This record gives sequence, structure tokens and C-alpha cells, in this order.
Amino acid sequence: MNIALFLQMAAEACPDRRALTHDDRHYSYAELYAAAKRAAQLFGAANVKFVSLLDVSSPAVPVALMGAAMAGVPYVPLNYRLSEEQLTPLLERISPAYLIAGEGGHEYGFNGWTVQSTADFLADSLAGETSEVIWNEDPAAVAVQLFTSGTTGTPKAALLRHEHLVSYILGSVEFMGAMEEEAALVTVPPYHIAGISAVMSNIYACRQIVQLPNFDAAEWLRLCVKEAVTSAFVVPTMLTRIIEEMEHSKLDSSALTSMQAIAYGGGKMPVPVIEKALQLFPAVNFTNAYGLTETSSTITLLAPEDHRAAIDQDDAAVHARLGSVGKPLPSVEIEIRDEGGKTLGPWEAGEIYVRGPQVSGEYEGRSVLDTDGWFPTRDAGYLDDLGYLFLSGRADDVIVRGGENLSPGEIEDLLHQHPAILDAAAVGIPSEEWGEAVALAVVLARGQRLSADEITAHIRAHLRSSRVPEVIHFTSELPYNETGKLLRRVVREWFKGEGS
Amino acid sequence: MIIKMVESDNLTCGGVAMAESPEAAAGNPDQMHECLIGKRYVNAEETIEVLCVKSGQGSLYYDGEELMTKDTKKLPSSD
Repeated sequence: MNIALFLQMAAEACPDRRALTHDDRHYSYAELYAAAKRAAQLFGAANVKFVSLLDVSSPAVPVALMGAAMAGVPYVPLNYRLSEEQLTPLLERISPAYLIAGEGGHEYGFNGWTVQSTADFLADSLAGETSEVIWNEDPAAVAVQLFTSGTTGTPKAALLRHEHLVSYILGSVEFMGAMEEEAALVTVPPYHIAGISAVMSNIYACRQIVQLPNFDAAEWLRLCVKEAVTSAFVVPTMLTRIIEEMEHSKLDSSALTSMQAIAYGGGKMPVPVIEKALQLFPAVNFTNAYGLTETSSTITLLAPEDHRAAIDQDDAAVHARLGSVGKPLPSVEIEIRDEGGKTLGPWEAGEIYVRGPQVSGEYEGRSVLDTDGWFPTRDAGYLDDLGYLFLSGRADDVIVRGGENLSPGEIEDLLHQHPAILDAAAVGIPSEEWGEAVALAVVLARGQRLSADEITAHIRAHLRSSRVPEVIHFTSELPYNETGKLLRRVVREWFKGEGS
Repeated sequence: MIIKMVESDNLTCGGVAMAESPEAAAGNPDQMHECLIGKRYVNAEETIEVLCVKSGQGSLYYDGEELMTKDTKKLPSSD
């Protein structure tokens, strides 16, 4: 099995259907398939160990991904926002490579490398002779190597083999499940697992991909209308900006008549944001997807009907599911375990473990799966009695105060509901008395006033006293990476020296 | 066509044994009920599952039993 099969099948079943739109230019499945075959020949002739892409989204993304799969070479998309000092050590780990680089990336490259601009690579792939490519069917070959975002240290290289990605797609997408008029707006960067899965899922569903390389809420809305977009994936910060932009420009959901489905993930969605989105787009199906790089993307889904039930029903447990990431995919198993490895029951918080054919759990040859194939996600959470999964943050983010484990999410969720607070982050700071104590960074909504004492009183009124912060900082913005992940490491830095 | 979950030479399509590099063969006219691209075919016990990657006239048989299309639950798109 090989992920290139997805494109081959799409080109076989609907060669003339629109596969991709970028900058007003359209590409059919037949064109994309031919381009990937030419790219495979370029990669094969270059005699390299990796194919790497250092650029924003463009038609080069599906062509390089599928071409590399056909050539039997791992595809390694890199974060174009990294500085030279961050990038150089990563490039040294993928030598020699065929590097497709955007602006400013052409200086990179070492002995034995082929370095090409994205435009030149596309020009070479989109024209000329094509001959049949016979690709390797080894399911254990590495298809994609992704460097983790390194929010907690040196980036790790997660390996995804063909068998993991094929299992994910066959287990979650119906071949040619999309109607001809469907179009998915893809805004996630190509170096993110969601950028890889977006390419594969939409190709296998034969759904047109509309690329928006740099997210901007106004441009996102404009493209939705212009290309009659029917579905999209967004990270929480994007959804917040889209709602703000619609309010600002006095657009209502009638501006987005074509939109049928919006999926979101990549970071924790504040409940008030999704509530607002559900009100704003009553006809749109919202799906919450939770997954990790190491699990080939999505492992749990909160379905559109769960969203509607949460809004429509007064039952507290049903309503609370709006804050859940839903239930596992049919081929995925989830377990919650305590620090000693004991499996916990419903409502008991611990570390989330996952198992299934799409789970790789492997970094450059080192597998972190246990003997029974379970992957420790390092995410903390709990299941309710119907099997809905709730996340409470990274296992490493838990604040241990006087032996009690505090989840930053619990405090942040309360503050997100406060009308005067736009955003909040809770982190642990050293405390002589308690081991760790709670520190809070708060962003107030525009034009709002709220004192530290008022915030403290609000927390004391709603949560147990151990959740009350020692220190509160007011700030204009919290640090997020471009895929919506809160950089707690940076927030912790703000409180350096403030412990007791 | 590619095959999943099977280690067997009893799989046939249109009466001809499935192989990595098939040779042209006449086939069995009684086993020509078509295979559709993207469909998954299983036996009654679901011990074998085959994904059709190219449509054709031949239908799939395993140990003499004709394989049927598998109903897959449609999930909401998450990508």
C-alpha cells in the first residue's frame, strides 16, 4: 500500500474533475496525477534520501507529497517561519534532500542536495513527457516525516509510514464521497499534520481543494464566496477572527450560503467561541477533531449532531459536550491512565493513551508505543460515561499545588466565560509553601476594566480555593503558534522570578 | 486492485487468480458482475477485505464465495 494510490484512484475515477484551485488557477485530478509522476521522476533522478518543502501552501504541496510517495522517498515539509538558526539543524537531519523552497529559502542546501524554487519545481512538474511510475508497495516505508513544533524542547521527527496514513484515510474517508460541486478551503500550513491529512482526505473524497496560503479572515470570507466553498478546517484562533471580521464588516451567514461544514481542531476551542459560531451559522455542520502528528491526524470526532444537541438541550451533561473532543474513530481505542499506568474509569482524569492502525508513535526509529501498542499522548483528559473525551491540557502543563493536580484548563474555561475577559492562561510558578502555585496571564476585552482582585474573587466564587492565583499579569495578547497552540513556555517566562 | 487482510491464493477476479503481475487470461463469464472503484468487498465472515482500485467487469471470489460490498459508516469530514 502506498498513499500515491489515493491520487491514482481519483485520476482514474474522475480525471477531469477540479482537484485544486490556487490563485484563480485550477488543476484537474489528471493534471495533478501527471505532475506527481513527473515529480517522482525528478526525485528519483536526484538520488536523494528526502524530499523537503520549505514554503507556504501551493500546488507544489500535493505534487511533492504524492511524487515523493511514488519515488519511495520520505516527504518532509518544514516550517517556513523558523529562523535560520532553528532551520539549519533540521536540514542537517534530512541530508541529502531535494529541497523545494519559497522566497529566501534558496540559500539552503549542502553537498549532494538539489535545491529548486517552488515556481521552477511546479513548471517542471506540470509540463513534459510522463511515463508510468511503478512505486513501492511496502506498507512499512516512511511516507512523511514531520518535525514536532518543539513547544517543549528540541523538535522531534515523527515518522508516519504508508500503513498509518492509508489506515487513517481508508478508515475515515469514503472514496469519491464528495459531490462534484464540493470545495474545501485549506488554510492550515503544509508542515502541519492537518495540512498533510487535508491533501490526502480531499483527494480520496475527490473534493476540490481551495488553497489560502496565509490566513486572513477577510480573505478567507472572500474566497468562501468566490469559490463557493462548501467545507473548511480552522484552528480556534481562526474561527475567533472570522467571527470578529463578520461582526466588524456586518456580514451575516447569508454571505456564506455555500458553506455546509466546518471542522476545527489544533488547539482547545473556548466554549463561548463555538457557541457563537453555532448561532452565527445555524445551517453549518460543525465537527471538532482531535488528533496528533503521531496518530496520523484525527483520532476523535465531536459530530455535528452532538453540537446541535448541546445547544438545543437543557441537560447539563449534553450541553457540556460542547467542550468535548467527541468519540474515537471506529478503528481507534482510547484509554485514560494514571501516573502508575493503571487504567482509570469515567470522569477520572489522567493521561490519554491511544491505539489503532493509524497510530505511529515513532520518532526517527524510536517507538514510544508500549508492548500492547498503546501510545502515550502526553495530553491529559477524561472520558464521560458515554465515552466522550474531554481534554484538560498537556500532561506537562498540570500545576501541582500542595500535592493537588490542577488543570490550567479548568481555570481558563471559567475565565473565558467572563464577558470582560478575552483570553487567559494559567501556569505554575515555584512556591516554597505549595511546591507550585497558580500564575495567571489575562487579556481583557476591548474597553473593559477588571482588577486583579475582582478576578481573584470571581475564581474564588466559582472554583476551589487552590485555583486562586498568587500572581496576575495583564497583557494585550497571549503567545500562540501559527496553528493555534498556546505557548505556555513563553507565558511561564513572563513570571520568572515571581515565585516564592 | 489491492488486497488487505489476506494471505491466500484463493482470491479470484472474474474467475482468474489475483496476482502482483497478472497475465492476460480469458476469465469465467459467470463471474462477471462488475467491481467498482473505491468499493470494499468482504466475505460473510469479513475475514477478507479487498479494495477495488480500478473498475472492471470481473467480480471477486474468495474460496469460491462471491465477495459483497461492505457498508461503511460515513463520518463527517475532519480535514
